[in-house]
Amino acid sequence: MVSMRKRPLTPKEKHDRKMTIVYTAISVILALAVWLTVSYPGFKSGRVFAPPQKVLTAFEEQAKTSLIWVHIGASVYRVLVGFGLAFVVAVPTSFLMGWYKPFREIVQPWLRFIRCIPPLAFIPLVIVGAGVGESAKIIVIFIAAFLVMVISIYGGVVNVDNTLIKAARVLGANDRTIFLKVIIPASIPYIIIGARLGLSSSLTTLIAAELTGAQRGLGQMIQEAANYFKMDVVLMGIIIIGVVGLLFEKIVSIAERRLTAWQETREM
Amino acid sequence: MAGNSRDVKVDIKGVRRIFTGGEIDVVALNGIDLQLYDNEFVCVVGPSGCGKSTLLNILAGLDKQTDGEITVDGGRIDGPSPDRGVVFQQYALFPWLTVRKNVEFGLRNQGLPERQVRETADKYINMVQLQDFANSYPKVLSGGMKQRVAIARAYAMNPSLLLLDEPFGALDAQTRAQLQADLLQTWEAEEKTCFFITHDVEEAVLLAQRVVIMSARPGRIKRIVDIDIPHPRTQETRLSQEFSVLKNTIWAEVYHEYLTQRK
Ligand SMILES: Nc1ncnc2c1ncn2[C@@H]1O[C@H](COP(=O)(O)OP(=O)(O)OP(=O)(O)O)[C@@H](O)[C@H]1O
Ligand SMILES: [Mg+2]
Repeated sequence: MVSMRKRPLTPKEKHDRKMTIVYTAISVILALAVWLTVSYPGFKSGRVFAPPQKVLTAFEEQAKTSLIWVHIGASVYRVLVGFGLAFVVAVPTSFLMGWYKPFREIVQPWLRFIRCIPPLAFIPLVIVGAGVGESAKIIVIFIAAFLVMVISIYGGVVNVDNTLIKAARVLGANDRTIFLKVIIPASIPYIIIGARLGLSSSLTTLIAAELTGAQRGLGQMIQEAANYFKMDVVLMGIIIIGVVGLLFEKIVSIAERRLTAWQETREM
Repeated sequence: MAGNSRDVKVDIKGVRRIFTGGEIDVVALNGIDLQLYDNEFVCVVGPSGCGKSTLLNILAGLDKQTDGEITVDGGRIDGPSPDRGVVFQQYALFPWLTVRKNVEFGLRNQGLPERQVRETADKYINMVQLQDFANSYPKVLSGGMKQRVAIARAYAMNPSLLLLDEPFGALDAQTRAQLQADLLQTWEAEEKTCFFITHDVEEAVLLAQRVVIMSARPGRIKRIVDIDIPHPRTQETRLSQEFSVLKNTIWAEVYHEYLTQRK
């Protein structure tokens, strides 16, 4: 754990950190400036983009009635359940595909076929089969997240460095030990990449699914606001989706740092 | 050395290995007869693709010959065994394990009691002088240090036969010289039968009691040269007359094979 030992920062590192903060600030200010410009009432784009203060007011209003939390909660709940189920199924499926040739040969053509179909195309099927309730949305998210995760995790499982497996075997490891102590840890970076892709495609798919019909959820909120031409609420919804995405990304990054501290990283 | 009264450790008789399944069948080994004696240090040199790694993999139990017979201590090889240690060119350390855990990996597979695992690991980590890095991940180590961990990991299993496939091939000249000296010292202290593949003829002469020269593919043994330079050997051994004569003889043979392969 030498690499993780807390030590005082060198002057260069201190400087680098300071610069990162400065650049981040510039980045945010620039984005706000662009926003302010395009939302200027005199411009044509002002009809589409509500200015920051209006979006903020819209948020305050929605927060007062706590309706916004209902929407956020509904969307996050669906993503987490759909993604969680997909993750729990994708990991063993990927390992089975990597480990048992017959299983791989049978399942792979299905995956190749299904991956070309946008998950949203399944919505009519799902609605007929599972109604318009929660489970329909969760099933669509499940399909989307499961596919990207299986493809990415399986890619990792089959690319485990063969020399490491040989090294384990000459050190007396049996199949079980090789699986638990070599294949699984070697695949963790790919599992994390899979989780990252899975979360983002869950979110994308969910919002699209909600846009096509739901009682609650960020997608539904945006759709309804658009019907009444409440562009401030639309923009607020979009921004909230972005923030939720960033938070998910942050959680994955933290997990990544804890689980793959051993990985060689390229110095930037 | 060959022909003296020492016991035969490894007996290789008429071994052939043909790789099928590709576009053409590749004859990697075409009738290898070789005996390794107890506690002998044998180096194998030969042009690229002549089947050196193939032979080592078979000895390790990671591959199987197509024909022929191999016995180790009188018994047939059936898969890998902790009694036959392997050091790979690419270190093959588990990057998610610390140096200590890497060295302990094989010991744990043997189900030794925890205390013995720790003590044995300590002993071999000290042997390669990496006690300060015992809790580091391989990513912070230099190539030379990584290979020292790999050697410690193999030694910790206390194999009676050590198979090394160009272990120093990826290292710079100074590190290589250092590790050669270390390996010589270790071998002189704790004798084992070593089967050491290298491209570096000088390295072969420095380390080996016999150098096996293989001919270009399909791999056969072309000649075996006894290296009658007494132990202990050090880097100074390179300066002797005897050393350069042997080195030049072997080098000429290997170069000749390299030329035939190019034609
Ligand atoms: N798994 C395999 N399948 C097919 N052919 C193989 C396989 N492994 C090795 N070969 C072939 O067998 C021959 C001998 O390979 P080997 O790796 O033993 O050579 P080598 O002497 O170790 O070469 P180098 O010095 O470059 O490491 C080569 O022609 C190689 O292409
Ligand atoms: Mg080789």
